[in-house]
Amino acid sequence: MRKILAVTAALTLAGVLAACGNSDSDSAATSDPAAATIQISSVYEPQNLDNTAGGGQGVTEALSGNVYEGLFRLADSGAVEPLLAKDQKVSDDGLTYTFTLQPNVKFHSGKTLTSADVKASVERVTAANSKSARKSSFAVIKSIATPDDATVVFTLSSRSISFVYNLSYVSIVNAEAKDLTTTADGTGPYKLGEWKRGSTLSLTRFDGYWGAKAKNAGVVFHYYTDATALNNALLTNAVDVVTSEQSPDALAQFAGNSAYKVNDGKSTTKLLLAFNDKVAPFNNVQVRQAVSQAIDDKKLLSSVWGDHGTLIGSMVPPTDPWYEDLTSVNAYNVDSAKALLTQAGFPNGFTFTLDTPNYDPHPTAATFIKSELAKVGITVNINTITADEWYTKVYQKHDFAATLQEHVNDRDVVWYGNPDFYWGYSNKQVTQEIDAAEQAKTTDEQTSLLKQANKTIAQEAASDWLYLYPQIVVASSKLSGYPVNGLNAQFFAYGITKS
Amino acid sequence: MIPYLVRRTAILIGSLFLAAVALFVLLRLLPGDPANALLPVGATPEQIEAARRELGTDASLPSQFLSWLGGIARFDLGKSLISTLPVGPEITARLPVTVPLTLAAFVLAVLIAVPVGVLAATRAEKWYGPVINAIAQLGIAVPAFWLGLLLITVFALNLRVLPAGGFPPDGWADPGTAVQSLILPVVTIALVMSASLIRYVRAATLDVLSADYLRTARALGATAREAMWRHGLRNAAVPVIAVLAMELATTFLGAVVVESVFALPGLGGLLVRGISQHDYPVIQGVMLVSTATVLAVGFLGDVTQRLADPRLRIRSAS
Repeated sequence: MRKILAVTAALTLAGVLAACGNSDSDSAATSDPAAATIQISSVYEPQNLDNTAGGGQGVTEALSGNVYEGLFRLADSGAVEPLLAKDQKVSDDGLTYTFTLQPNVKFHSGKTLTSADVKASVERVTAANSKSARKSSFAVIKSIATPDDATVVFTLSSRSISFVYNLSYVSIVNAEAKDLTTTADGTGPYKLGEWKRGSTLSLTRFDGYWGAKAKNAGVVFHYYTDATALNNALLTNAVDVVTSEQSPDALAQFAGNSAYKVNDGKSTTKLLLAFNDKVAPFNNVQVRQAVSQAIDDKKLLSSVWGDHGTLIGSMVPPTDPWYEDLTSVNAYNVDSAKALLTQAGFPNGFTFTLDTPNYDPHPTAATFIKSELAKVGITVNINTITADEWYTKVYQKHDFAATLQEHVNDRDVVWYGNPDFYWGYSNKQVTQEIDAAEQAKTTDEQTSLLKQANKTIAQEAASDWLYLYPQIVVASSKLSGYPVNGLNAQFFAYGITKS
Repeated sequence: MIPYLVRRTAILIGSLFLAAVALFVLLRLLPGDPANALLPVGATPEQIEAARRELGTDASLPSQFLSWLGGIARFDLGKSLISTLPVGPEITARLPVTVPLTLAAFVLAVLIAVPVGVLAATRAEKWYGPVINAIAQLGIAVPAFWLGLLLITVFALNLRVLPAGGFPPDGWADPGTAVQSLILPVVTIALVMSASLIRYVRAATLDVLSADYLRTARALGATAREAMWRHGLRNAAVPVIAVLAMELATTFLGAVVVESVFALPGLGGLLVRGISQHDYPVIQGVMLVSTATVLAVGFLGDVTQRLADPRLRIRSAS
């Protein structure tokens, strides 16, 4: 009895407290959208605030484009647009890039942006102790000169058509800033408010911004480790938008509700069944083609993601400029798969081990693949491993027959040009095309070469690209102006308004 | 009592040292390399080697252990391998969530369990004696996360009287919101915890009820209630105190799950993240603080038990 009394007392107290203090900071939204603070929820909390010190995806999501800007910006559409670079000149040999900076750009600390900051920022990425994912892309830089405060000149050791694109990943920071792991000093439309580790990160509008000011007063990123908690926050209006839904389970409660909008954007994350192309039996093109054709990708996608996500026939996602619909290449066809196996000398199939990371969606996909391949006589042994074991065993030692892995980056088809990459795909023509594409004089030339390479890897089933993940942003229907594609995990917040 | 305290303190420190050794060794036995968690796909072997040198994970295990112990002596738990931020402040920043959560849940659980447990024992013959017992049994079987989700569904999603999770960015500077966000997690932990406590209290009380001294007290003219108050409860308290100390410790550790369900920025989240990234200093730091707390609570439990039970004092003196 007293237990019930105690509970009742606790709940009464709760009710009283709720009645006196329960107003979300923004539920009493003012009519002026520029005064509203946007509440964003995400699962990607930064490790620290510095992308060259292993800050991770969370830094890109919260700070790229919002607090930090690059010379160029990778827009939500996938296009590369000038940002802090007002003007660019490329020498005829493609080895010298001269950029003129936007005038009167101020850092949040008040300092004016100069070419020295740009030089220092790029050098942070290429430094010996840099943990940046872009470090290797900048190996082509021979020297950086700063003839005056507004001009920076990069000299390359060989042509690099992706150079400008790669620069869009480099955050320009104040060269004099100290401790960028917990503070930030950029030129973006927001300055860093406060980072409460394990909980929230807030940004406030920077009124000294050089360009069009942010349309809201600020944003708060709320970080969750539990997907249910994340969705509950949206359901109770504690947040206005979820940057990236991790599973379709929760979508039903938003889909039928006019208070929310479910956006199906384009991601760049591909789920791969990656073969070890150097080792039997997957060094045989026919075997790879047979396996690719024996798996009904469409059925797998709908079992994992319901109506969301898209099929891709190759490594190139639709937002890359060299995308081409190749879903018809090595499409699902069990009879053809059986014929190919017979031609390859495996009329009765074979057995292989599939190294499967122990987190979603890999185990589900592995079980599905096992049952599909059983139909053509192939036996799959599922070997479940941790992310870390995957890295050591598969990625570093290449000690595997086949594996499942999600590849998140855009423009990453170029890995097929590197015979030493973990999947060991080695085709001289493809390597040449991919190298030549990087040396191309025009983007058209680059595009056509990469299209060619992409077609070849698809035909040779270098890997089996099972599907492209959906990028699902769920937002309150009062919200507009948010990005939906989440390229490179960015989430530009400056255009968001709340009515 | 003094020699006992000295001996017990020595045991406390010794256990803590052994725990530190075990913690360090067991973590190093796990497969995996923090350098991998730190670097992006596409990292070169040179980058990995450089990262290991920088992290100090290329040094020999004994020298890593000694430098960690040396740090602890200076109250320095080292720096996170992944975030490069100091571990100590990271832990203290999360205590304002985990400590109030644990203590409030513990107090509420005791407030529920003691009266209900005594009632279940003294009124075993009434209809609600067995009912309480059955509910408590059911309560033990209910996982905390499930109860948490249930409370969220009812009070946050349907009634909308409490937040579904999170902690105010301003923390305790915003006390109204802070208290609100802790209510459901506290109730969750307290209900689950009180279920097992009720059964301990009930069993301890039943033991006492059949004891000779209680009958003697009644024979000397005390009413059943007086006998229970003066002699029964104190005796029943002795085994319950031991259990309470253990329960407080498990609540502290068990808050991990509940913190995740309610998206609270407590120690649990820090620990889970540390484990998934092989971030040794973070795991060691959180575990050491937790272990020290558990041992300290056990210490206090033992001492309290002695204060409550003179027989234990006499036995140790002889």
